[in-house]
Amino acid sequence: MIAQNIGFWIIAIVMIVAALRVVTTNNVVHAALWLVVVLAGAAAQYILLAAEFVAVTQVLVYIGAVMVLFLFGTMLTRARIGAESDLNNSYKKLGIPVGLVMLVAMGLALVSSFGDEKLPQTTTVVSSQEISDQIFGPYLLPFWALSFVLLAAVVGAIVLARKD
Amino acid sequence: MFVNQFLFLAAVLFCIGVYGVVARKNAVLMLMSIELILNSVNINLLTFALRSGSTDGHVFALYIIAVAAAEVGVGLGLVLLVYRNKKTISLDDLSEMRG
Repeated sequence: MIAQNIGFWIIAIVMIVAALRVVTTNNVVHAALWLVVVLAGAAAQYILLAAEFVAVTQVLVYIGAVMVLFLFGTMLTRARIGAESDLNNSYKKLGIPVGLVMLVAMGLALVSSFGDEKLPQTTTVVSSQEISDQIFGPYLLPFWALSFVLLAAVVGAIVLARKD
Repeated sequence: MFVNQFLFLAAVLFCIGVYGVVARKNAVLMLMSIELILNSVNINLLTFALRSGSTDGHVFALYIIAVAAAEVGVGLGLVLLVYRNKKTISLDDLSEMRG
């Protein structure tokens, strides 16, 4: 389990650095590429949490589809690709205390709730069969609702974005 | 592995995402910060799924991924429409509804 811990901390530090770059960089395309690092790190953490199917879905949907959408959005809304100086609000200093206060509050709550509780040791991943039994069993109605949400989103995006 | 190390990672990512939503003016960058927040929630859900030994958290995480994909699609459609009408996606310039 030492190897898993080392892997966790390396990936966690890379994720945090990349996330900080996403919110501080002055280049929209660079922000999108740093976001890829964060999403890939999240997929690796899911594998450490024995969630193989969710990790694969993360890679397919986020890194595959959502990032392409982001890059298209960048491309279609900007005349030039490069560093810009007006990406931040004038009151962006306000965000630092807001984030820090939330972090301290959540950190204190986590320490007092979970302390040094350990995750159960597991050598088996959750199989996709178990997940599909859940989705098509007790969670079937939310699944249908989600299908309609996706349908409405696709139709809505086309209606919004087309030139008429 | 401790429960808290995953939850702390998710908390840090969440706060970075909140900072991004507050500090960014560009609409596309704000959507990216929202993605950071959604991912931190997913890490939390999967941690608790492993802790409790149930697969419910996995189903929730998958649904969140699907909702995030729909959100990005509609959000970027809106951004595109705003850009076409106003030639800018700076959120500070969208102040028609200010009283």
